[in-house]
Amino acid sequence: MTQIASTSLDSSIKEETQILHPLAELSHNSKWQLKKRKIKATTLYICCLAAMLVSVSILGLLLAKIFISGMGWLNWQFLENVPSRFAEKAGIKPALWGTIWLLGLTSIISIPLGVGAAVYIEEIMRPSRLKNFIELNIANLTSVPSIIFGILGLAIFVRYMNFGKSLLSGALTLSILVLPIIMIATREALQAVPVSLRQAALAVGATRWQTTRDQILPQALPNILTGIILSISRAIGETAPLIMVGALSFIAFTPEGPMDEFTALPMQIFNWASRPQLTFHELSAAAIIVLLILLLGANAVAIVVRNHYQRKNLCNRL
Amino acid sequence: MTPNLIKAKYTNRFGESLILTCLQAFSYISILTTIGIVAILALESSEFFKNISLQEFLFTTEWAPLFEPRRFGILPLIMGTLLVAGLSCLVSVPLGIAVALYLSQYATERARSLFKPLLEILAGIPSVVFGYFAMTAITPFIRSWYPEAEVFNALSAAIVVGIMTLPLVASLSDDAMRSVPSSLLEGGYALGTTKAEVNFFILLPAASSGIIASFVLAFSRAIGETMAVTLAAGSTPNLTLNPFESIQTMAAYIVQVSMGDTPRGSIEYQSIFAVGLVLFLITLFANMLASFMKQYFKKGYV
Repeated sequence: MTQIASTSLDSSIKEETQILHPLAELSHNSKWQLKKRKIKATTLYICCLAAMLVSVSILGLLLAKIFISGMGWLNWQFLENVPSRFAEKAGIKPALWGTIWLLGLTSIISIPLGVGAAVYIEEIMRPSRLKNFIELNIANLTSVPSIIFGILGLAIFVRYMNFGKSLLSGALTLSILVLPIIMIATREALQAVPVSLRQAALAVGATRWQTTRDQILPQALPNILTGIILSISRAIGETAPLIMVGALSFIAFTPEGPMDEFTALPMQIFNWASRPQLTFHELSAAAIIVLLILLLGANAVAIVVRNHYQRKNLCNRL
Repeated sequence: MTPNLIKAKYTNRFGESLILTCLQAFSYISILTTIGIVAILALESSEFFKNISLQEFLFTTEWAPLFEPRRFGILPLIMGTLLVAGLSCLVSVPLGIAVALYLSQYATERARSLFKPLLEILAGIPSVVFGYFAMTAITPFIRSWYPEAEVFNALSAAIVVGIMTLPLVASLSDDAMRSVPSSLLEGGYALGTTKAEVNFFILLPAASSGIIASFVLAFSRAIGETMAVTLAAGSTPNLTLNPFESIQTMAAYIVQVSMGDTPRGSIEYQSIFAVGLVLFLITLFANMLASFMKQYFKKGYV
């Protein structure tokens, strides 16, 4: 029935268009084609929007899953107890302190080195083949897998330098891992400082180092700080290099100094997650919540620092 | 000039040159790191290759280093790694490009400033957390659809690695798309084309160098990914293309050996350096390919 109706409708349109103009059929076709093109355009838009929403909802799903599983285990006891075979008594005190130690030591080692090297390459070094080579080298290092840095740490710090499976080995390995990232972040911050500032300082007779120290670094500081915080928070979540340098997965004391054996939050998460019992998976989720709070807290600090200094700089300029 | 001033000037300059020398030394650390990586991997794996011939290592198909009879054919590990990395690209590449298209072409300034930080948060989540997510959420989901899938399977690992590398593809492709001159796109619109046609026939070809480079980088990241794969894909060296089986990747093998207490000098200890060397060479090749593509295709539209 409908088929007959539609064909008769088609033929009636055709008759009508034939009466109108010989080119009308073409225009009728192209109208339909235009509609098709517009539908395609809308489809693409919807696909792109859907992809964006899917990506964001995966993030939401991940966070929801972790919070639902782990929230029930999160209390002071969990933060103050040592790991245990019994899920009810288990806690993350050694892991939390290990992570805090690593955070401190890695910052002390990597920030001066990374910022210093970036300042030298960006501000002092003249264009040369060596400079190109160093730049290429840094870019390559940022995409070397973290486990390779772990192998380097194992061979150099743990074995050759004989630091053993200590916090120091772990922090040195993480430092080597974040150095290229800090350098790239610092260089981007320095590149954002206007050239006119350098030229003005050099024109009144300042040396290159004076220009850098008194004019450029203060200007670039907020962005450098943000970059540093983001880089180091990335290092804190790394697990593979710590496994390589021999972080322990079961430890019942908090480290007292840089030469002590240690564990860290990501290690503890990995250890609990790889056990078959469901309760340990939930403990793992609780530890993930603590780790994520640390990392997101660091990001929030980065944003606050940037905003604070940007306002201050603006005031100085006015 | 008073002697005091001269002295001040002298010490100032002296301090300055001291600082500059220090900074110069710092800037060589990156080169030292690279040399260190290459030297360590080469030295330690040369010990390994004294015991195992290169031919056996590269061309035999069984990997059983931890129990007798030991077999050292790395092909199952390479296969597992490529399987996970390849499948992960099926997730990260289409999603990543669509997200980049949305961010660069469709999103309003407000939507962009909402979604961009969310992607950065996704990029900043540690890989062990993704491993947990794969194990407790993705694997049960897969097994509810396809009950024959093993508890540890390559597909779950691939999906989660795809999610991890998605922000990388999205942000690099977004950069590439935004650097296409707007005059090119406006020329397209002036001819009466729709937005989809401009995107497909003008924007994507013009930004192709950056987009392809982002794929290669995502692939290289997926190859080196360790913790998520260790947790989700298991530790069974397995020469297979079936994504529902448990496999082992190169990085996961290295983790497995170093979790146990292997004495220095044993063949297992040496084998992690040999596997590490292969892993390093593959990622190095991928990274160089990515930067070569960026250079090579750059001539396209500029």
